[in-house]
This record gives sequence, structure tokens and C-alpha cells, in this order.
Amino acid sequence: MAVTAVPGMVGGRQPLPWMRKLEDERWLAFTLLLPTAILLGLFIAYPFVEGIFLALSDARVGDPGHFVGLKNFAKLWDDSIFWTSVWNTFWYTAVTTVFKLALGLWLAMLLNRHFRGKAIVRAFILLPFIIPTVLSTFAWKWMFDPTFSVINWTLFNLGFIKARINWLGDPSLAMTSIIVVNIWRGVPFFAISLLAGLQTISPELNEAAAIDGARPWARFWLITWPLLLPVTMVVMLFSVIQTFADFQLVYVMTGGGPANATHLFATYAYQIGIGTGLLSQGAAVSLAMFPFLFLIVVIQLLYIRRVEVR
Amino acid sequence: MIEGAVWRKWVFYNIPLILFVFVLLFPFYWMIITSFRPDGELYRPWNAVNYQPFWTNKPTLEHFVYLFEETDFGQWMINTMFIAVTSTLISLFCGVLAGYALARLNFPFAGSLGTVIFVTYLVPQTLLFIPLAEIIRNFHLGDTPWSLILTYPTFLIPFCTWLMMGYFKAIPKELEECARIDGASRFKAMVYIIVPIAVPGILSAGIIAFTLSWNEFIYALVFLSSPEEKTVAVGVTSELIRGDVFFWGSLMAGALLGSVPVAIVYSFFVEHYVSGLTGSVKG
Repeated sequence: MAVTAVPGMVGGRQPLPWMRKLEDERWLAFTLLLPTAILLGLFIAYPFVEGIFLALSDARVGDPGHFVGLKNFAKLWDDSIFWTSVWNTFWYTAVTTVFKLALGLWLAMLLNRHFRGKAIVRAFILLPFIIPTVLSTFAWKWMFDPTFSVINWTLFNLGFIKARINWLGDPSLAMTSIIVVNIWRGVPFFAISLLAGLQTISPELNEAAAIDGARPWARFWLITWPLLLPVTMVVMLFSVIQTFADFQLVYVMTGGGPANATHLFATYAYQIGIGTGLLSQGAAVSLAMFPFLFLIVVIQLLYIRRVEVR
Repeated sequence: MIEGAVWRKWVFYNIPLILFVFVLLFPFYWMIITSFRPDGELYRPWNAVNYQPFWTNKPTLEHFVYLFEETDFGQWMINTMFIAVTSTLISLFCGVLAGYALARLNFPFAGSLGTVIFVTYLVPQTLLFIPLAEIIRNFHLGDTPWSLILTYPTFLIPFCTWLMMGYFKAIPKELEECARIDGASRFKAMVYIIVPIAVPGILSAGIIAFTLSWNEFIYALVFLSSPEEKTVAVGVTSELIRGDVFFWGSLMAGALLGSVPVAIVYSFFVEHYVSGLTGSVKG
């Protein structure tokens, strides 16, 4: 072996049969994938199986419990808070995704031209996305504070409201407030990703269409949108999954309240599983997310494949 | 771009852009101003007379002092940094190797393993946190930084692998073949020829992985219990809220300081961050 050809190698001391084995692509691939397989196996595959067993038992904190079949799920079926969380999760995901896509696309188009300070604007715009969610959500919670709200102050002084708005105390307003914060956090991700997509579209296409007399709106729907669709679908896939399984935002803003009105799957699972210590029941709530997540992934992947083939 | 009158440019581009920037950045301004205001100014009802919410004439550091003297904030920062850096390094190591194998080697099931990685990339942490908490307890890792250092790679490795696959696929096969003709083994061709070319990708993956682990919340919330073991996000949430009382000044000061490391890393590597983000979307 030409070990000496590469400087800085300790090759001389390495056992030869081992190195020779790595010459076989399959052995090399196996070796390279081993650390990943161990970590993902131990902390994703194993907990997944463990979670199914847990959800089928009556375990609590400090009590391993026994197998009880589908009792936990039957209990959830009759649990009105669970159904509220299911509905909330879907509403939350749907509304925020629509707004994030629309606003993100708008922002991307605003950024897709040359102007002074573009790099700085782009860098600052991503801040809501990179600053830890919990920390920025606290800023929003403070802005929505019932007594000291700066939003109320502004609306009052502009003459829009006469009395205070209890942003997080009123069940339906609380959900809306949470939705606003999620949109705020997600728009930059959509905008920057879609901007990258927009930049791959050749400006000549638009110019040619403009010369042929296409109005801006027609140019958008017939040129930009179809060409952007593959990127859009992938961005949506990530965003929908993250939003569907969101925890931190609701945990900080309302903790699922007022009166359990703003729970999502994850916060409800936390409240039952960790808050009250009913591990099995909490695992069941978490696991109830799985079929929906699975469906979302399958549908979107199929759709992405279709879009890419076209 | 087809240009119109100046007012059109303002109405259709500049004003909407300014509004976007304002709304996206205002909460951070609010965070900063709150952390420097004395309590007396902070807790005035929104409809009080002479209330000036947007500025303070008496900036104070009392909230920062409280943070460092009355809580373990400094320790939380160190914990978070240690956990984020270590788990990022582990994930980069695993992700680079796995990404190389999946992108450049021929072996059975390579395609389906790539799909498996992509699907694990989509597994949210909230799906598994309860059974994982049990497993962490059984492994006697509870309330130690290792409970997070070993579990964060579950969402960082798939991301790094996916991103690195994209970078490795873009490198021409001939490079390795040249090295191998010159007598390098497969392993050495990888380490000395291909990995150095992929350094920009590794940097992107590392930066995003760092921000992701700094951002993680639910595992840290569930796995850690003693105040001195906590991460910034969990510490701020649990130690600066006592029952119904929120220490808003210190909360905002903590949020501000807790964002600084991420903001610094981000500001130095904006381009890498953006290329990583968009690269992960292109897939």
C-alpha cells in the first residue's frame, strides 16, 4: 500500500486486513453508516417501538404498568379536550401555512430585484427564524400582555380600540395570537427559500412574455408559479410537519390555556404525560399524531414526485 | 424588471418591504428596550398617561444583574454552548460519513437507505419525547448534558446527511478515480480528496445544526430537572416565572443574551447559512 504517498498518515501502524476490507465498497459503506445507524436506532427506532408499547399499557411515572390493549385510545376517543387539540392542530397548521406561503412569496418577490442594502435586509429578515423560538416567543407574550400590551397601546392611540383586548385570555383570540406568532416566525424561511427558487428562473422568460403582451398577473400564474412549484412543495412539506408537531410556541404563549382551548397534540401530550405523569396516556396522544404525519408525508412526497416528473 | 414611475416603485416595492422588515424586527427591538427599562417604567398600564412605551430615559442594568446574581444564567449559557457544540460535532462526523456513503458508494439498498434518512429527517421531536424520556431514565442519563448530546443528533444527523449528500453528489467522480489510480485507498481518497472539497457544505451543515440545537426545547424541558443543569431556553422558562409572576425585565434580558451566540454565529456565516438552508430545500 502506498501509505507514504500521503503525508501525515499513521497508516503504517494500521492493521492491513482491515484497510483492505474497506477497499470493498460495501464494507466501506457499512462502516461509514454504522455510527449513524447506532444513534438513530437507539434514539429514534427504539423509542418508537417503546412508545407503541407504552401507549398500549397503563404505565405512570414510577410504575411500569401492564398491557391494556387499546384502552388509552378508547379513552382519548371520549375526551373532548383531545378532540379540541386535534381540531386546533389542523386549524393552526392550515391557517399558518396559507399565510406563510402567501406572505413569504410576496416577500421573496420584493427581494428578487437589485436594490441597495439587499444583503443586509436579507440577513436581518431571517432573524425571526434563527433566534431560538422560545426566546422570541417570550417577546411576543410580553407584547400580548393583558395589562402592559404595547399592541393595545398602539391601537388605542391610533383610535382603533376603546377598551383593552385580552389577547391571550380569550380562547379564540388566544389561538389567533399564536397563529400570528407562528406566521411571523415562518415567513422568513418561506421567503428565503422561495427567493432561492425565484433566482433560478431566467428573467428572459418573463421579458419574453411581457413583450408578447402578458400582464404581470398572467406572467406570475403562467410562468413564475409553475416554475416555483417544486421548491414550494418541499418548503411546505417541512413547514407543515414542523407546524403540525409544534410545541414550544403554544407552551410559552398559553400553555394550552385558557381552559385547554389552545392545546395542540404535542402540548396536550406533554400536559398528560409529563404534567400529570400518565405516561401511557401521553404517549398515546403523541402517537395519535403519527398517522396524520405519515399521510402528510406520503401525499406531499407523491405530489412532489409528480411535479418533478412533469 | 419593467420599471414604472417612481411612485409605483414606492407603493409596490419599498413601502411593503419596509413594513415587512418593521414587523419582522419589532419584537427584537421590544426585547432590547424591555431589558434596559427599570421596573417602575415597565409595569405601567398601557393606558396610563404619559406612558412612553418605545423609549426609556433611565436605562438600567438591574435585570441583567438579577439574571447573573439570582439565577444560574451563566451556567445555562455554558451548558447550552457545550451541548450545542458537542452534539453538532457528533452529528457532523456521522452526517459527513453517512452522506458520503449514500451519495458516492454503490451498495445494496443505498436508495432506500437515503429515503429512510429523509423520513427520519421529518420525524418531529414531539412524536417521541415521552418514550425517549423513559429510555433516558433507564440509561441513567437523566438530568445530565449527555441526555441531550446523544439525542439531538437524532434530528441533526438526518439533516447533515441530507445536506452533505447534495454537496457530495455535485463533486465529479473523476477526482476520486485519479487519487485511486495514484494509489490512494478508497478511505484515503475520501478523507484527503473529497471531504476537503466539501468543506463549505460541512460549514453550512455545522452552522445550521448549531442553531437547531440551540433552539431545541422539548427534550431539554423533559430530560433536565435541576436548575444548574438547564439550558437557556428551559432555564428562562422555568426559573424566571414564579407561579403567575413573570420577571419580564430579566426574562427579556435573558432572551436577549440567550440569542446572542446564535446571532453572532449567524452574522459571521450568513452566506453559508442561507446556502445550507436553500440547499436542504432543494434536496
